[in-house]
Amino acid sequence: MIQKWSYPLAAVVLGSSLLAACGNAQTQTEEKKPEAAQPDKPAAADQSATASNASATSPELQASIDQYRKWVVDQTDQFVKATESFTTAVKAGDMEKAKKEYAPARAYFERIEPIAESLGDFDPWIDAREGDVPDNEWRGYHKLEKALWETKSVADQGKVADQLLQDVKQLRVKVESVEIDVPMLVTGAVELLNEVSTSKVTGEEERYSHTDLYDFAANVEGAHEIYKVLKPAVTAKDSALASEIEARFADLDKALAPYRKGDGYVLYTELKEDQVKKLSQSLDALAEPLSKMGTIVGG
Amino acid sequence: MNDKHLANTKADKITRREALKLAGVGGIGLLLGATGVNSLLPSASKNEQTSATPAHADEIIPFYGKHQSGIITPMQDFICMGAFDLTTTSLGDVRKLFQSWTQAAAHMTTGKNVDEESDNALLPPVDTGEAMGLRPMKLTITFGLGASFFDERFGLAAKRPAPLVDLPRFNSDEMRKEWSDGDIVVQVCANDPQVAFHALRNLARIARGKAVLHWLQEGFQRTSASDPTGSTPRNLMGFKDGTNNPQVNDSATANEIVWAQTAESPAWMAGGSYMVMRRIRMRIEVWDRSSLTDQENTFGRHRITGAPLGKANEFDELELDRKDSKGKPVVPVDSHVALAHMEGKVKILRRGYSYSSGMDLKTGQLDAGLLFICFNRDPRKQFIPMQQKLASVDLLNEYITHVGSGLYACLPGASEGGYIGDTLF
Repeated sequence: MIQKWSYPLAAVVLGSSLLAACGNAQTQTEEKKPEAAQPDKPAAADQSATASNASATSPELQASIDQYRKWVVDQTDQFVKATESFTTAVKAGDMEKAKKEYAPARAYFERIEPIAESLGDFDPWIDAREGDVPDNEWRGYHKLEKALWETKSVADQGKVADQLLQDVKQLRVKVESVEIDVPMLVTGAVELLNEVSTSKVTGEEERYSHTDLYDFAANVEGAHEIYKVLKPAVTAKDSALASEIEARFADLDKALAPYRKGDGYVLYTELKEDQVKKLSQSLDALAEPLSKMGTIVGG
Repeated sequence: MNDKHLANTKADKITRREALKLAGVGGIGLLLGATGVNSLLPSASKNEQTSATPAHADEIIPFYGKHQSGIITPMQDFICMGAFDLTTTSLGDVRKLFQSWTQAAAHMTTGKNVDEESDNALLPPVDTGEAMGLRPMKLTITFGLGASFFDERFGLAAKRPAPLVDLPRFNSDEMRKEWSDGDIVVQVCANDPQVAFHALRNLARIARGKAVLHWLQEGFQRTSASDPTGSTPRNLMGFKDGTNNPQVNDSATANEIVWAQTAESPAWMAGGSYMVMRRIRMRIEVWDRSSLTDQENTFGRHRITGAPLGKANEFDELELDRKDSKGKPVVPVDSHVALAHMEGKVKILRRGYSYSSGMDLKTGQLDAGLLFICFNRDPRKQFIPMQQKLASVDLLNEYITHVGSGLYACLPGASEGGYIGDTLF
């Protein structure tokens, strides 16, 4: 569950759980007025209008944007497939299969979360945790997570599974025409890491399955993808910044490595306190220079 | 200076500013730095070390100088102190970090932002902003190196100063790793807690990717506004603390007690000092229910006046051999003041603050105490023997627990154009 685009830095600067809690509270109240009828409310458009003084995008940057869009569409394609398989398992009552596919399927969404968020209410529909939205509006992956790991029964979850698949398919449709500009990419990369800071590194995202490290890695991969498409511009403007960012991505990758297991990651509950701290500090070390990518615009 | 400040100035018998005028240096003297000013003053009031008068509570303490500020600088009202562990293994990165830190610290101590802001609204602000428009408030930032800095990572093992030993375990220490040591210590003091926090926060931000925080502790004492006379502050046990702190205004005394000397320290430490930090938790609840007699016997002083037991005034001479009518020492031999006296031969410069870190969630008790800080020329001859004595028999031990500890080599000062640590790196 992503915070609103309007507070992109708060979490990475202080990284405190108190602040994260406040953020959630705000998200909740805002989401009490659901705009279910208009999922395509252009939340991103007014953001970029305020943030951007770079209305004229260079051909190079436009190519970066197109490259990124292609990647996003591809991720969403795979997200639809994975969700289809996951929800089929849920509906068939195949708990083991559903549990196995839950975290890997979500990873596609976690990589493109800021894009989904910019398209309206997909984020709360797909990714709200219990308590993020009023109980009677709660749906999506985490609702099924609770059924799989906590109540241990998916017998009555058929409708939730159907709705989830429908939401994800609708996201795929919308992604095709999403407005993407450079400020959105720059903010989005940091936003993805802030996501990790506020909920994944604290183990608050996957309350029942404890698969937080899958989300952690996916958010970082999403930020890395943005950096990759912007890399030529960053390098041209500030090569020291580019090498710093790359070194920190490598450091973070190294910090995550011990927790890889098979195709996935160990459970969050297996991490010791000082291991969590180290991951969190490696993340902050990356997010700080990454937040300076905006230097490619203007000046 | 506003009217309120002027009024306060009049209320004081003699302020440092007036003293400077008398000394004939006027405003220029203020630019000379704490060290320079102190050496120009013939003598300061008894409690100069622990007081800052509100008349000039907002001034600038120069960052550059022979010594780092924040060591013999009269104590400010607040502290925000943190230790960092280096995550980089490159000495070049460490050098860059200290260069950036030096520049940032020099800016912030004059009340400026950490650096110039950019006009690109897509970038995060360069300064975090909470000190915008605030006065310098006597901000000092003091950097030191822990023993771990001299391990194999940077090839500096041979340069580790002999006085920078591993502190021994003292009786009844209950050390916690999360409150101890660290590769680098940064002591930030100011007359405004927000100014102090801002400085440490921005230094931590600059360090990201090179160093991470290991511990952080804020502390306070009564402010100069609530005690304009600058009398000896009281600790959280209600007793005056720091009465016997040495006066280090004259350089001979400071050299004897505080500043590293080539007799036992390497040349790169000349002008530096060794700082001991002890996070001393007070058993507040236990103390609060002890009788006045027990409390006074524990400290060896009267609670209200701060006078040695049997005496009337705070600065009356401590006569440890004085006996009562039954032949017992008036000041108990195991009282804090008797033990810390060390026959007057061993002195340290104390610069500690009270701390309160909320409550202990396990016991529901207050987590509060003393963030003990002292500076000495050679801890092997000063702090360590003193603490060994205190730890073994001090009556105070019933009411306190040392839970954190660190010994740091505080680097010499830097001159403009140079950087803190340039004598070593």
